[in-house]
Amino acid sequence: MSEEIEGTKTTEETLVNDQNEMDDKVISPEKVEEAKLKARYPNLGHKPGGSDLLRKRLTKGQKYFDSGDYNMAKAKVKNKQLPAATSEKSGGGEITGDHIPTPQDLPQRKPSLVASKLAG
Amino acid sequence: MAGAGGGGNDVQWCFSQVKGAIDDDVAEADIISTVEFNHSGELLATGDKGGRVVIFQQELESKNQPQCRGEYNVYSTFQSHEPEFDYLKSLEIEEKINKIRWLPQKNAAQFLLSTNDKTIKLWKISERDKRPEGYNLKEEDGRYRDPTTVTTLRVPVFQPMDLMVEASPRRVFSNAHTYHINSISVNSDCETYLSADDLRINLWNLEITDRSFNIVDIKPANMEELTEVITAAEFHPNQCNTFVYSSSKGTIRLCDMRASALCDQHSKLFEEPEDPSNRSFFSEIISSISDVKFSHSGRYMMTRDYLSVKIWDLNMESRPVETYQVHEYLRSKLCSLYENDCIFDKFECCWNGNDSVVMTGSYNNFFRMFDRGYRQDVTLEASRESSKPRSVLKPRKVCTGGKRKKDEISVDSLDFNKKILHTAWHPQDNIIAVATTNNLYIFQDKL
Repeated sequence: MSEEIEGTKTTEETLVNDQNEMDDKVISPEKVEEAKLKARYPNLGHKPGGSDLLRKRLTKGQKYFDSGDYNMAKAKVKNKQLPAATSEKSGGGEITGDHIPTPQDLPQRKPSLVASKLAG
Repeated sequence: MAGAGGGGNDVQWCFSQVKGAIDDDVAEADIISTVEFNHSGELLATGDKGGRVVIFQQELESKNQPQCRGEYNVYSTFQSHEPEFDYLKSLEIEEKINKIRWLPQKNAAQFLLSTNDKTIKLWKISERDKRPEGYNLKEEDGRYRDPTTVTTLRVPVFQPMDLMVEASPRRVFSNAHTYHINSISVNSDCETYLSADDLRINLWNLEITDRSFNIVDIKPANMEELTEVITAAEFHPNQCNTFVYSSSKGTIRLCDMRASALCDQHSKLFEEPEDPSNRSFFSEIISSISDVKFSHSGRYMMTRDYLSVKIWDLNMESRPVETYQVHEYLRSKLCSLYENDCIFDKFECCWNGNDSVVMTGSYNNFFRMFDRGYRQDVTLEASRESSKPRSVLKPRKVCTGGKRKKDEISVDSLDFNKKILHTAWHPQDNIIAVATTNNLYIFQDKL
């Protein structure tokens, strides 16, 4: 157990800057955890907490059904430029592939016909 | 009758009942998403991810067993919301019930508001214990009689029948929220209520469904500048012009609707100053307030952030008057809690009837109570192991390092999939409802 802590401290010393000069004996556990996170994900956004997280929260539940793509696919348009169309609507960075979702593909969200087990 | 002492030494909590299936394989629809007592405490409502509401009613105290308070049994259950798909915005709308709020009772029927991400519904729950019998043109089973066989006339009379509890949707409040509704709160005027989503708060009249007033709008002109979202909102318990809303940055704003139609300017801003040298990547995430609740007195409000519960005096904006650590030992686990998304779990909190004790949930099916007067806290567990009728719950302890004592559990052994996010306290008595993932536990104090 104590070896683990020493190991963490060593990593931490190389990553954390001079700020802790004053209290280098007492390092906030949060900062230790932050160092661990940055070590695992070096590309993590530099904005702490980040509006990226907020925006992800606002777009929860977004599925991708584009009626334009769907109708064009139905009309069997050949050699359609799919990648450009899909990457625009997916907010950049996400690869949605060649498959055009149809209403049938989207998982049917049926209401629970079964009574709640709390009422059992 | 009021809960005196609460979590202090004099109160012993006993198992009373547990509702729900025992099996470990939990269907997603069975995940409990909200728990709420009505104003008298006679009714207890739960909502789940499958859009269903189950209401339990407390049985009248039996004269034979004065030691026991009445049990809660199923009173009514119905499908409140159904899944929808918004084809225009490519949005899947979950049927999960985010919140249930009861209206104060005005007549024989009971009313509650239930909401999912987009739509709020007003449900009327009424009892039927008699039915008319003796129609002239219909048989008892409903078939029409041959009119030529009717030779006399009679007046139908009401005859008693087995109690039937009916739930019907009386109002549907829809199309007012672009973002996901996180809170609803009934005003003390019993005529209006508010609904809050990530960026806006709307004011509704309970009678009018085709329009609502927007009272808070924090959406920036440019979404790139978005820095915080609304996480919870509540009306003051007796001042009908006052409400508060909390944010993802750990601030609470108190607004007065008399000041202006659009309450973007707060009347009070509650924020605890932060030491900038302690700031880390996690600071803002763990400061996000997941729940805000006024005390019954209306003098205080309580906020829940990831690691603590804070009590604020409405007269003092600079810092909370009390801070209680729920599970401080998680501070050195933030990295893994971020990776498994647990750091975004939204815990709720509640007050007891006389505002002397507060309660909130944690992981491993633990829940915590803080007695404000006696300055004591206790950790209890909702588990099938300690569910023998009237068995006293044993306090639990988490070992944070060094030697683990017997009966203690180490931080690394905690089950982070067993989270208690929703708890409720009876408005007068020491009866609590604690929701694990798919079970509802009811505990009461030893009489």
